[in-house]
Amino acid sequence: MIEVLLYALLAGLGVAIVTGPLGAFIVWRRMAYFGDTLAHSSLLGVALALLFSINPTIAVVLICLVLALILVALQQQQTLASDTLLGILSHTSLAIGLVAMALMPSVRVDLLSLLFGDLLTVTIRDVVTIYIVGAIAVALMILLWKPLLAITIHEELARVEGVPVTAVRTALMLIIALEIAIAMKVVGVLLITALLVIPAATARRFSQTPEQMAIFASVAGCLAVLMGLSASWFIDTPAGPSIVLSAGILFVLALLKRE
Amino acid sequence: MKHALVELRNIGKAFRGNDVLVGVDLTILPSQIITLIGPNGAGKTTLVKIVLGLLKPDCGQLQVDSQLRIGYMPQKLQLDATLPITLKRFLALAEPNHALCLSALREVGIERLINQPLQSLSGGELQRALLARSILRKPNLLVLDEPVQGVDVAGQESLYRLIGQLRDRLNCAVLMVSHDLHLVMSATDEVICLNQHICCHGHPDQVSTNPAFIELFGTKTAPYTHHHNHRHNLHGDVIDTNKLPHQHSSDCQHD
Repeated sequence: MIEVLLYALLAGLGVAIVTGPLGAFIVWRRMAYFGDTLAHSSLLGVALALLFSINPTIAVVLICLVLALILVALQQQQTLASDTLLGILSHTSLAIGLVAMALMPSVRVDLLSLLFGDLLTVTIRDVVTIYIVGAIAVALMILLWKPLLAITIHEELARVEGVPVTAVRTALMLIIALEIAIAMKVVGVLLITALLVIPAATARRFSQTPEQMAIFASVAGCLAVLMGLSASWFIDTPAGPSIVLSAGILFVLALLKRE
Repeated sequence: MKHALVELRNIGKAFRGNDVLVGVDLTILPSQIITLIGPNGAGKTTLVKIVLGLLKPDCGQLQVDSQLRIGYMPQKLQLDATLPITLKRFLALAEPNHALCLSALREVGIERLINQPLQSLSGGELQRALLARSILRKPNLLVLDEPVQGVDVAGQESLYRLIGQLRDRLNCAVLMVSHDLHLVMSATDEVICLNQHICCHGHPDQVSTNPAFIELFGTKTAPYTHHHNHRHNLHGDVIDTNKLPHQHSSDCQHD
C-alpha cells in the first residue's frame, strides 16, 4: 500500500520540477492558452495510441508537436486573432479526442482519470517514464536557457543577434509537448495549464532573476504536490484537483507577502 | 568611393497583394547617417527589416558586406511584467563580459541604473538601454527603428545628439527611421523620403525643398501631420496595434 503513495509522490514531484521553469516561460511569453490547447489535444493522442496500440507517451508528444506546428503556421496567417484560433483548435481537438474514444467500443477508457489525472494508480513504469522524459525536458531547457530568454524578451532583436529563433521556438514546443505527456497522469489534460501557470505566478513575488523564478516555481509546484497528495491520502479528495487547489492556495498566500 | 555596407537594388515587397515597397534602391556607406522618413504605411519598417534580414524581399537584389555587423535597436521593448530581469542581465544576454556592458551603459549615460529591473525604467531610459545593447556588438551599422519613441521633446533632442556622438566614436553607419523632420535634419547626412517608393533623397536641406517632399509633408514650417499606425495608452506609451480594442485617434474624447 505504501508504494502507491511513494510512486504517486515521486511522479508528482517529477512533474512539478519540470513545470517550474517551463511554467515561467509560459507566463513570460503569455502562452497559457497555447499550452491549454496542446494539453487538450493530448486526449486525441491517447485515443490514437489505444487505436494503434502504441506507447501513449510517444503518441501524446507527437500529437502535441504536430498541433503546435500547425498552430504556429496558422498564427502567421493573421486572418484570425490568435485567441480565436486557439479557442477553435483547443475545443475541437478536445472534442475529437472525446468522440474518438467513444467510437472505440473495444477499449474501455477511464475518461475522468484522463481529464483530471489519476495519481494514485501510478506504476513504477510511469514513474520511470516521467523521470526520463522530464530529464530530457529539463536538459533542453538548461541547454537553451539563454536563447530562450533572448527570444522571450525580443524575438527580432534575438534574430538579428544571431539566435536561431525558429529552432529555439520549436524546441520550446517540444518541451511543452514532453511536459504535457508526463503531466497528464498527474493532473489530467484539463488541469495541466494550472500546474504550469500557478506556481510560476506564485514564484514571481519572490524572484529577482529569471532563474530564481524558475527554481521557486519548481519549489511551489512540489509543495502543491505534497499538500494535494496529503489531502487526497487523508481526506480522500481527488489527487489532481487537490494539487491544483493547493497551488492556488499557495498563490493566494504569496499575495499576502508585501512587495 | 567607399565600399558599401549594404546595397539594395530595385527591392519590392508586398503583403497579401498590397505593395508596400516598389523598386527601392538603398546604399549604406560606412559611417553615414541615413534617416528614413515617410508617412505611416510607407514601408519604412518593412525596408528596415529587409536590411536586417528579418524579411525577405519579393524581388530585387540585396548585397551585404562580409564585414557587416549590425546593432539593432527595435521600436519598442514590450516586456511582460512577470519577467524579473535587471538592466545588467538584459545586456548580459548580448555580451557576457561585465566590463563591456558597463562601458556601453556609460556611453549612453545610464550606468547608475545597472541593477534596476528593466520594467522600472522610464521611456527615455529604456530607449537608452536598447541603444546600449545595440552598440554592445561593436557594430559597423546601427539600425534604429524610431529611436525616440515614448521620449519627451527635450529627451528626443539629447537622444539624437547621442546617436550622432556614437556614430563618431564607434565610427559606424546609422540607418534610422524617424517621424520628426526638424530634429532629424541636423543629425543626418542623407534623408530618404519613402512612400512605398523613394520620393526623393539627398542632403536634408535639399530634400526639404524638393517638390515631392513638400507634397508629402507640406512645407518645412507647416505642422507635420500624420496618421498613427500604432496606438497610445493613457500614459502615452505606444502599444501593439493588434492587441488592444481601443483605436486611438484624433477624434477620441478622452485626453
